Amino acid sequence: MQAELIDIRNHMAQFPPFDEMPEELLDHVVGGVEVQYFRAGTQILEFGQDNPWLYYIRSGAVEIFRRSGELYNRIGEGDIFGQFGLLMNKTVRFPAKALEDTLIYRIPEATFQYLFENDDGFADFVETEDRSRLRSAVSRREKSNDLMTSKVTRLISRAPVSAPCTVRLQEAARIMTDQGVSALLLMDESGDEPRLKGIITDRDLRTRAVTEALPSETPISDIMSEGLITIRASAYIFEAMLMMLHNNVHHLPVMDKDEVRGVIALSDIVKYESQSSLYLVSNIYHQNDVKGLKKLSRDVPDTFVRMVNEDANSHMIGSAMAGIGRSFTQRLLELGEEKLGPPPIPYCFMALGSMARDEQLVVTDQDNAMILDDSFVPDEHDEYFQALAKFVSDGLAECGYKYCTGEIMATNPKWRQPLRVWKGYFTDWIENPKADALLNSNIFFDLDGIHGQNGFAEELKALVAEKASHSQRFLSLMARNALNRTPPLGFFRTFVLEEDGQHRKTFNLKRRGTAPLSDLIRIHALACGSRAQNSFERLKAIGQTKLLLEDDLGNLRDALEFISIVRIRHQALAIEAGRAPDNNVRPEDLSPFERSHLKDAFQVVSNAQKFLRFRYNAQVGRNAQ
Amino acid sequence: MPSNPDDQVSNPKATWPEQYRTLADQARSPLLKAFYEAGCVDPDTPMSDVPLVAVDFETTGLDPNQHSIVSVGLVPFTLNGIQLSRCWHQVVRPALPLHQTSIEVHGITHSDIDKAPDLAEVLDKMFSYLNGRVPVVHYREIERPFFNVALQWRLGEGIRFPVIDTMAIEAHLYPDRRPGRWQRLLGRKPVSIRLADSRLRYGLPHYASHNALIDAIATAELLQAQVYHHFGPNTPVKDLWL
Repeated sequence: MQAELIDIRNHMAQFPPFDEMPEELLDHVVGGVEVQYFRAGTQILEFGQDNPWLYYIRSGAVEIFRRSGELYNRIGEGDIFGQFGLLMNKTVRFPAKALEDTLIYRIPEATFQYLFENDDGFADFVETEDRSRLRSAVSRREKSNDLMTSKVTRLISRAPVSAPCTVRLQEAARIMTDQGVSALLLMDESGDEPRLKGIITDRDLRTRAVTEALPSETPISDIMSEGLITIRASAYIFEAMLMMLHNNVHHLPVMDKDEVRGVIALSDIVKYESQSSLYLVSNIYHQNDVKGLKKLSRDVPDTFVRMVNEDANSHMIGSAMAGIGRSFTQRLLELGEEKLGPPPIPYCFMALGSMARDEQLVVTDQDNAMILDDSFVPDEHDEYFQALAKFVSDGLAECGYKYCTGEIMATNPKWRQPLRVWKGYFTDWIENPKADALLNSNIFFDLDGIHGQNGFAEELKALVAEKASHSQRFLSLMARNALNRTPPLGFFRTFVLEEDGQHRKTFNLKRRGTAPLSDLIRIHALACGSRAQNSFERLKAIGQTKLLLEDDLGNLRDALEFISIVRIRHQALAIEAGRAPDNNVRPEDLSPFERSHLKDAFQVVSNAQKFLRFRYNAQVGRNAQ
Repeated sequence: MPSNPDDQVSNPKATWPEQYRTLADQARSPLLKAFYEAGCVDPDTPMSDVPLVAVDFETTGLDPNQHSIVSVGLVPFTLNGIQLSRCWHQVVRPALPLHQTSIEVHGITHSDIDKAPDLAEVLDKMFSYLNGRVPVVHYREIERPFFNVALQWRLGEGIRFPVIDTMAIEAHLYPDRRPGRWQRLLGRKPVSIRLADSRLRYGLPHYASHNALIDAIATAELLQAQVYHHFGPNTPVKDLWL
């Protein structure tokens, strides 16, 4: 390459797959380029035509079509096309047309073949279609995190220590001391094979046996925990971490079918990954007042940044942050109950929105509600629950979880009601849906019990799962609301920018990225009768039905992961720079790699919205009949 | 004294191939003889079939009789493609001192020039690009006259050839580009036909650097855009050359 062509090389060096190419190789590419101008509207490639070139867009915009003539993609500056034909018989598979006046750099087939054989990054890039390209971008990130790639079995250091569930308290304590374990598995040995029945931990011994001064002859079955949460042996460590965070348990039996392979403890994961968010969570439970919690809450942004820097995926980060939020809430409820005395009737404290979905980040409101037992008598009981709700809500605000501007909090009497009223709310939303009302109640369709009688929340989930799938009108209106927020992709596959509070041209990764995605995933999940709350779990549940194609599910998963992780990284950078994290991103702050994959991801969202409109017959702007 | 070949030919347009044949007979320099013998395309050849070469010189000034060529950039092309693999850039030693102002424009320094050959030493290579192709320039008052004078000095005879001038094409498209006094008062802005400004009108990218080669490439791209926008690939070359 002549040194005078540096302008051309510098342009290509900004865009994948050329951005990571060694300099000499890129010089070689530039040296072989042929430049060609296409006026807007000109056909660049016809289907089936011989084509010995790879096309690089220097300026302008190009439309790529399917064989059927259907528009497949719009691409612009720095994008390439023609690669599929070059990989297949050198005939054009996707016709291309100049949408704007376009300047093309053509790279000869010989150079293409040479790059394909000698540059792995290039080969990976051209071989995968754009959306599978997004997938490999996602998996490349995940590879670097240990928690994501190591199985839980790696943490098992010894055979499980167990005893029959018929042993007495003193015997159980002796076995634990002798064996030096913090948890003892208790087996039901009445059948042919011993079966895992329960677990007793150090903490249980302290809190249940010692503080209540139980006699040493007490049967262990009186105080053991049953209905165990277990994890399968093939799971990854991060899944164990999510499970502990979500359920607030510190020990997980690892199961190989019906057989116990061992027990992993929270401390095993903390040791394995010393900076893990579990450490923060376990500390939350050691705080004895709001002041202590507030002090600890200052570590939350650091934990967040650390996970981002360790290349955790968005599911892990979202769950960890939700787990932390849930732990703050649970601890505040415990402290509240200590202060106000035990609750007069059973209740369930419910998380809503992102916390319920396990998709929380650092900037977040508190969205919560209370389901009270049906024996609720307002005059007798509400003073207590109102005080408890206020204590928790104020405590959360101290800890950085802002009050919900929409008043969706247990402090609002409307959202502090007995179970039967809640059932009435949901039945009304689903059976007599109104678009405006649904817009406000959307958030209640992500719900999770986090304290007290969690069975109440499960009953609501069951009701929603049962009724929602049968109400076409409900689904249609939900879909219509979900289409209000579109991805920020313009006609030319450029980003559509809005002015943010500081008059910067940005797009909002939450409002125009993750929110429309979780909205549309929720609707499909409701249509399937799924009870899952997390978007990734919902996608799994949708996968069990024939509602979406396997490919589309994969694309949605990758798009959600990619947009989320860019949003997460954007917030982490702000925290590290000492700025307040937000969701507004300027395109120029993204790497060319991120820009290019974000466009892929937004395209997925846009296609998924089209399908949503079609599937649920949701015409935007059409009045409800 | 060297003279502008345009002055000597009353109507060159239709007669370029004919003139080449006559000039081939007259030329004494083997380089020039070979150039003319390589011939000139038929004036009715459609633009899409014309072998072209974009030429750009950086010079020490604007007057061919006072100033010198500092660098040359050439790139062969057709309407269908500009071949970067065949492009050529060469710094040459000017016969006259290098002005400080032109250093600022080209980024060519005295030390570059001290090592550079005289144009005479690279004429072989230069003609290998020009033979059989129609030169394309942006502003014909530079390349053709400077080359003519340079050859007068070095070979003792000048050169004539047709050029396609992308600036002349823009001038033709915008005959009223300089608003009169009244129009200026009414706020009309002049239309610039400089290379970078003309390119903007066709959606062509901005090049950060300026050297004879990138300007030659920029000119070639501009001609492709002009032909596709205003004339079409079947336009005979005689409509565009000067």
